[in-house]
Amino acid sequence: MSATALIVFRETLEAALIVGIIAAATRGMAARWRWLGSGVAAGAIGAVILALLADHIATLAEGLGQDFANIAILSLALAMLVWHSVLGQQHGFAAAQDARRLGTAVRSGGHTPAVLALACALAVLREGAETVLFVIGLVGTDTTVAPHAPLLGLAVGLAAGTAVGVMIYLGLSRVPTRRLFAVTHGLIVILAAAIASQLARALTQAGLVQHWDTPLWDSSRWLAPDSALGTLLHALAGYDARPSGLQLLFYGGTLVLITLASRRVRATATPRPVAAA
Amino acid sequence: MSSSFFSPRRPTHHWLVSAVALLGLAGTGLTRADATEPEVLLTIREHRFEPAEIKVPANRRIKLVVHNQDASAEEFESHTLNREKVVPGRSKATLFIGPLKAGRYEFFGEYHAASAKGVIVAE
Repeated sequence: MSATALIVFRETLEAALIVGIIAAATRGMAARWRWLGSGVAAGAIGAVILALLADHIATLAEGLGQDFANIAILSLALAMLVWHSVLGQQHGFAAAQDARRLGTAVRSGGHTPAVLALACALAVLREGAETVLFVIGLVGTDTTVAPHAPLLGLAVGLAAGTAVGVMIYLGLSRVPTRRLFAVTHGLIVILAAAIASQLARALTQAGLVQHWDTPLWDSSRWLAPDSALGTLLHALAGYDARPSGLQLLFYGGTLVLITLASRRVRATATPRPVAAA
Repeated sequence: MSSSFFSPRRPTHHWLVSAVALLGLAGTGLTRADATEPEVLLTIREHRFEPAEIKVPANRRIKLVVHNQDASAEEFESHTLNREKVVPGRSKATLFIGPLKAGRYEFFGEYHAASAKGVIVAE
């Protein structure tokens, strides 16, 4: 039971952290729980569908089907988070300033609910599909194990993973409103970079890119990737003990892209002084 | 007034051209598997990898085909290879590893880690 719980916990953790951060980032946004709830529910349904289709997908593209699906999901999630980071900053920055001046709560923060709901859905989809596949395997086919043990492990793992997400959310909820925007924006930018790094790894694993595919260093002596802290840092910030050059390129490139694009968006949005007639 | 490349006064289409050029440049790095890669078959049977030790040439990309003959899914995972892939029951999946420096690289099946273990030896 505990082995099952641990595996489910790690899968759930990654999704729960993303949902928790997005939930905290959208504090004050109208009907956010409805948006986020729909995203999570859609992701869960999609996860079941993806798991049921897994063996068909796996054999597609000469055995690379699952990687291609993963690449598509990661690319879309990356696009969502980059878009939110670039455009959210413009509105959120101004809205936060207004809120401070007026002393009122930030109404929408300029967040685009559909974008964030989709980002949540994709996170749940990815991790959920693996979890469902894993549990189906245990319950459906392994006749040596009574079904209640893996289901109990599933419940415990789900609860523990969700609890960590809730803790992140609660922790971020204590951040004062005037700082909340900057903190959650930073977390989401790093999440985007982490997803970009995973995308790079998926591209290499699928054989689509052959450049910079060897690890540049090995930091597992200092922080093992499967340790508790390593797992948390992997989910939050994309920590990899043996990153390839391509992963670092995608990671850094995402940070640079978001920074430059945000700067441009902010510059074009800043009203310029009008010359006197 | 500066007219640096990142100046906000640059028209949008300059950005688009640059983005497309960058993507095009990146696209030249895309490759499909070529037939000269060594292909290695790894079988999962009763939650064990067979063979448990695989020898591969060092410094070359390897195409690893994992055939899961069990009814339940398994996740091929390796920290040293930095790879993870779920292989559904009664399915085959392909993944690429390497180029690997000479050495031993352990892998395991995350869903049945007690029994599903193996090592790739690059030499």
